[in-house]
Amino acid sequence: MYETGNPKTVKAQRTLIYVFFALLTLLSIIPFWVVIVNATRSAPEIQQGLSLIPSDSAWSNWTHLRDQGFNIFQGYGNSFFIAASATILSLYFSSLTAYAFIVYEFKGKKLIWGIILLLIMIPTQVSIIGFYKFMANMDLLNNYIPLILPSVASAPTVFFMKQYLETIYHPALVDSARVDGASEIFIFHRIILPLMRPALATMAIFSFIASWNNFLLPLILINDRSMYTLPMLVQLLTTDGYKTEYGAMYMGITLSVVPLLFLYAFLSRYIIGGVTAGSIKQ
Amino acid sequence: MATSSDTTTESKAITKRPKNLAKRKDANKWGYFFVAPFFIFFLIFNFYPMFYTIYLSFTDLAGWATEANFVGFQNFERLYNNELFRRSVFNTTILWLVNFFPQIILAFILAYWFTNRRMNLKATGFFKSMFYLPNIITAASVALIFSSLFSYPRGPLNLIMMDWGLISSPIDFFRSVIGTRLIVSFIQFWMWYGQTTIVLQAGILGIDENLFDAARVDGATDWQSFTKITMPLMKPITLYVLVTSLIGGLQIFDIPYLLTGGGPAQSVETMMIFIYKQAFQGGRNLNVASTASVFLLIMTSILSLFIFNSFRDKKARKSVKGVK
Repeated sequence: MYETGNPKTVKAQRTLIYVFFALLTLLSIIPFWVVIVNATRSAPEIQQGLSLIPSDSAWSNWTHLRDQGFNIFQGYGNSFFIAASATILSLYFSSLTAYAFIVYEFKGKKLIWGIILLLIMIPTQVSIIGFYKFMANMDLLNNYIPLILPSVASAPTVFFMKQYLETIYHPALVDSARVDGASEIFIFHRIILPLMRPALATMAIFSFIASWNNFLLPLILINDRSMYTLPMLVQLLTTDGYKTEYGAMYMGITLSVVPLLFLYAFLSRYIIGGVTAGSIKQ
Repeated sequence: MATSSDTTTESKAITKRPKNLAKRKDANKWGYFFVAPFFIFFLIFNFYPMFYTIYLSFTDLAGWATEANFVGFQNFERLYNNELFRRSVFNTTILWLVNFFPQIILAFILAYWFTNRRMNLKATGFFKSMFYLPNIITAASVALIFSSLFSYPRGPLNLIMMDWGLISSPIDFFRSVIGTRLIVSFIQFWMWYGQTTIVLQAGILGIDENLFDAARVDGATDWQSFTKITMPLMKPITLYVLVTSLIGGLQIFDIPYLLTGGGPAQSVETMMIFIYKQAFQGGRNLNVASTASVFLLIMTSILSLFIFNSFRDKKARKSVKGVK
């Protein structure tokens, strides 16, 4: 028999671990919970003490927030439009690029692959000044184009897609279609893309969240209040208008995190799976 | 799209090398077409801005000027002598160090428990998703959450600590240099330890089971297998986590900027905050901001090449093994 340890100590250890896990779980949840509860309480209630039970001022907090010009629905809409467009572009062109790397032999392949590997590591933030000035010269400030189009060249997504294609691709998949005279792009659209559905779903979640959460780039490029993305609206909550209106401020934060919490409630399994598979750190 | 000439060459290729159809020379030109969008957009939105930034670091572009004149290494000298920039490098480093070491230690312990077969823990999927949760939330919102939780004088944390009698008067956390730094580091820790745990756990699960079985047969304890088998084999992954975390840590902006704007006394003014403020506030010194960016770029590139090389080495070693 292997050394298995005293069953009693194992049981005690296990209990302790569960207690520790429970504490960490609380640590993940409580900050959000306190904020969400405070969004339903009045300013005096919030000042009086901490509570974990919702109160009844949610509606008045909401009207206060709205009256301050905090247009959350416009923020949702803008962020959704940018994130969805960027995600679609990044998924399509990354798959296409990955496919080219798997299937074809061409000059410069190694060089481009080297660039992709380096790009995964070097964040675009380091060239943000040049990017800003370039966009200003092109008269693209206050425009969503610089927030969307760069996703066509998304190195981490290409990397992930190539890893996935390597595991499922077999020349036989495309050979018969070629014999039938199908064009290369047709083969990609009709045979390869459908096969990549699991990888596309995973990367869709990550690309969408990354774009949705992006703060610095819209901050320097967008001035027009009606074009603000959600993180930029959140930033407005630090301004003086909310110094005493605590309830309204908490309501603003709550509205900015609730969509993501919902999304996570349904997709956390895929997200954890994606992190495990790709270890994407951004 | 497929023209008739395409199909004729295709049929020729079939008669010659039917097995290798997918690697046919003729189809290979599609490789260029398929990679072209990526490459073109990379050149426009990535490559050009990077070199434009480097170019700007050698000019005097500031304020609302539209013309940039070449000034040599003047900006680099100015930056080197800039007390605030040097402090921002120091701040960024401190914030990373204080968050990373507790993070990797906790992540190792959690990954060890998650993969320990004797413990055979239940609901690990649930716990993992809970630990990872803060990572997907908008950093801007996270900053606001913590700025309100720690707010003075009647923020939730002050209220509860007074209630429990831990403190007699409220603490103004964001007036304190150490307090603010600890809060920023804690938020980073809180947002990233789940991710690190999952990566380490995936690494441990990738280790050959037989090694552990053999160790157990030889009477090794769990702790011995962990320190003698897991730890050494996890070295490359740990290194990877360390370097990627450092690269990410060098870019830190959202949390400290929205928490205190870099204060108090510029204690959490990071390199990215420095760059942002130089370029978009006050004198709009795009030249100085570019120079600081170049510094950041160099640091990041060195770190990236480091990872890049360690991966290449691994591949090279693998192929050598294959020959044997």
